Amino acid sequence: MSLEERFTWVQGIIAVGGYLVYLVLLLGRAGDDLAATPYVDLMIWTIGGAIAAGILGGIVAGATTRNHAKDARDREIYRRGEATGYAFVTVAAIAAMVLAWVEADHFWIANVIYLGFVLSGILSFVAKSVMYRRGLPTW
Amino acid sequence: MVKPTRVTNDIRKLRFEAGEMTQAELAERIGLTRQTVIAIEQERYSPSLEVAFQIARVFDVPLDSVFHYPAEETK
Repeated sequence: MSLEERFTWVQGIIAVGGYLVYLVLLLGRAGDDLAATPYVDLMIWTIGGAIAAGILGGIVAGATTRNHAKDARDREIYRRGEATGYAFVTVAAIAAMVLAWVEADHFWIANVIYLGFVLSGILSFVAKSVMYRRGLPTW
Repeated sequence: MVKPTRVTNDIRKLRFEAGEMTQAELAERIGLTRQTVIAIEQERYSPSLEVAFQIARVFDVPLDSVFHYPAEETK
């Protein structure tokens, strides 16, 4: 497995793991009204933790991979994977805009944006993994 | 499963004929990763035209001795 493919897996695992940690901690402190649950500190810590874990995971992946070479195929897979995942960022932005229109609680607006980032990361990871394993489509 | 590319190639045969050149050796000579050479050889990835010419040059053969593209099917 190339270094770039390892990076892809690191990012995928962190995207899923980070959000699961956030959900577990959030639901653990939730009362009857979910929107009234304090979430800002959890969100900051899990996003910050995911960034730190990504850096650490990248260092570990680099240290355990002999060949660090990257070529045109890696760059193309990265570009297409990111473009695929970006769809969810757009969906989340539109959802957040609609929630703002209807004056929804800040809780929902922040969480729909966060979920969009996470789904974007997961979709990007899935697309890249499939392209690494099965090849790049010629569309 | 739909194949990602219709381009086929004879790289494996050409490597064998070139003194059983390894995938790693071919990759090094054209500046690609071994994983990419494997993907090209297994027809999971179509290389750029420039890389295709580089591969042909390594084996000292014309481009169409390495890569092939099927003719359009008649309807």
